[in-house]
Amino acid sequence: MQSGSDGPTLAVLEDRSQDFALTGTPKYRTSMLAIEEINRDGGILGEEVDIFAPDPQSDNMLYQDLTRHAIYREDVDAIWAGYSSATREAIRPIINEHELLYFYTTQYEGGVCDKTVFPMGATARQQLGAVVPYMIEEYGGEIYTIAADYNFGQLSGDWVQIIAEEHGGEVVDEEYIPLSESQFGSTINRIQSADPDFVMSMLVGQTHSAFYEQRLASGLTDIPIGTSTNMAQEYEHLRIDPPALEDVYAGVNYMQELPTDRNEAFVERYYNRWDDAEYINQEAQNNYFSIYLYKEAVERAGTFETDAVIAELESGIEVEAPEGDITLDPETHHMEHNMHVAHSDETHEITFEDAGTIGPAFLEEVGCDLTSEAEQTQYEPGAYYEGI
Amino acid sequence: MAGVGLLNFGFEFLEIFAFIVLATVGLAVIFGMMGIINLAHGEFILVGAYATTFAFAAGLPLPLAMLTGVVLTAVFGLVLERLIIRHLYGRLLDSMVVTWGISLVMIQLVRIAFGNAAPGIGIPFGELPVVDGPAYYLVLGVLAVGVLGGLYALFMWTDFGVRARATMQDAETARSMGIDTDRMYMSTFAIGSALAGFTGALYAPVMTITPQYGTGFLVEAFVAVVVGGSSVIVGTLLASGFLGSVNAVFTNVTESTFIGLVAMLLAAIVTIRLMPDGITGFLETVRQRWGENR
Repeated sequence: MQSGSDGPTLAVLEDRSQDFALTGTPKYRTSMLAIEEINRDGGILGEEVDIFAPDPQSDNMLYQDLTRHAIYREDVDAIWAGYSSATREAIRPIINEHELLYFYTTQYEGGVCDKTVFPMGATARQQLGAVVPYMIEEYGGEIYTIAADYNFGQLSGDWVQIIAEEHGGEVVDEEYIPLSESQFGSTINRIQSADPDFVMSMLVGQTHSAFYEQRLASGLTDIPIGTSTNMAQEYEHLRIDPPALEDVYAGVNYMQELPTDRNEAFVERYYNRWDDAEYINQEAQNNYFSIYLYKEAVERAGTFETDAVIAELESGIEVEAPEGDITLDPETHHMEHNMHVAHSDETHEITFEDAGTIGPAFLEEVGCDLTSEAEQTQYEPGAYYEGI
Repeated sequence: MAGVGLLNFGFEFLEIFAFIVLATVGLAVIFGMMGIINLAHGEFILVGAYATTFAFAAGLPLPLAMLTGVVLTAVFGLVLERLIIRHLYGRLLDSMVVTWGISLVMIQLVRIAFGNAAPGIGIPFGELPVVDGPAYYLVLGVLAVGVLGGLYALFMWTDFGVRARATMQDAETARSMGIDTDRMYMSTFAIGSALAGFTGALYAPVMTITPQYGTGFLVEAFVAVVVGGSSVIVGTLLASGFLGSVNAVFTNVTESTFIGLVAMLLAAIVTIRLMPDGITGFLETVRQRWGENR
């Protein structure tokens, strides 16, 4: 597994073409920024970091080929790869087989408990745990859920139900919508006749973002929307003309607009490096800090050797991320994120409510402890909560 | 209350019907009249949408911006026809591979040239009372029917239409009667392209504009063309009406967009099985061209 005398190599497989180019490009760019900064400051353990970063073109077959290529031919020390959960699950068996250190940085449904995998993004429970209680507090307990009809959307819908019940709310109706759907007239009609206190939207992808234009033209903006998917990933608030996203509230661990000095300096460095860039999404920030997290762990271990690096990552390591100082939870390999509720007003200006630090509670509940048991599993909430 | 429910339902039907007609019509003209399966149909729509969006962002009023979209797509189609497509007449499978390649190249070129997202336009005309939907959908419905009517008039009642149909039926004889068939192919392809551009322009405010935009029209377009069968205009009208009502009814009854889509696709399968006219015209052409290619 280890690189020889020619220094460490990191694989960065992020999409710059096809379906996930919109979200993958910023992930690629922040990764390059981090590695270039590290190399400028003398590399890791005094060695310059090499990069293996071809474009996987949003294609899971290609992801599998490139992951093998990274392992066999490039002999990489760690890998950052993939936007969707489908991609992660396509390459995880290969990664497991070779016990490669893998950082998955997208916000996702949660539940991955795997010895060499470090999911850096906030889980559905962390994001929804920030926004659903806030919405119930502000607007009332009747929720109408609309979500993309696949694994991630369905599990997120389950979490909305669980968290709503924990906070005295109730899901009055839910609808799962095919990813190809672009006409939302009937869905909007049903929301209007159900007249909930707020809508929870886990719509995904650029086809679904048409919902917001149609929401505006149908006069639905009087019903606020909570989301774990929109704005922080595909920056709908910048892509779509105001006021279509008026009163949309997103549970996030990061958005580019976060008004701290550290983040503003990060944003400036990013746009200096990539002057045609459009946005730094949540996962792009996760790529950035996790590369620094890796550097820190390697330097504490004094070696690039995988087991020693994982041992350091499991030592309660902390990183100065643009979102703030955050800690890696040793048992679950997830981050204790600083969560925020981001609100878009009628001009699409973003303001933040602090939602505190939220940990990966679900994996703790199911007893995932990677420091004592080296699992390679993904847990799902349906098996642990009744009635969903 | 029942009256409002019926109005709501009618409005949802109109939304789906207009979408299917407009998604299909450009594809149907190019396939039905010329036997080219244009897998780059979505990217013709994409050209119309991008041209409209950037013309609008540059300050043109929306109708003029849309006209720009139509004209640019027609020009784009013309150039493509002269450079590539005209070598593919009578080569059905080759035309599929080539246009598919064009589609991939177009999507990535647009991404490189304009980035991952384009500025939004916003749906004009505001909100319709009672049904609480965009008034713009009424415009789309009227235009969808208008486009079909206009095409019918063009192909049935004008000199050009007679020549075009003659060319499509028997190019040899048409040529011997003094018709410039090469020009007929060219103009028919341009008309098909302009129609795709028109669809892109009309839906630019409704859907978010990204390089993947065109692919959102493909399922409805291809299903409707196949179900509609060989007659371009009547086929598009009937297929859109039928598929649209199945979709709207099932979406309404089950309160699920997903079931509506499934029901529509199932209905398409059953139709193709039971109504040989839709499918046989299609299969017959495939078999003939396939035979020629070997």
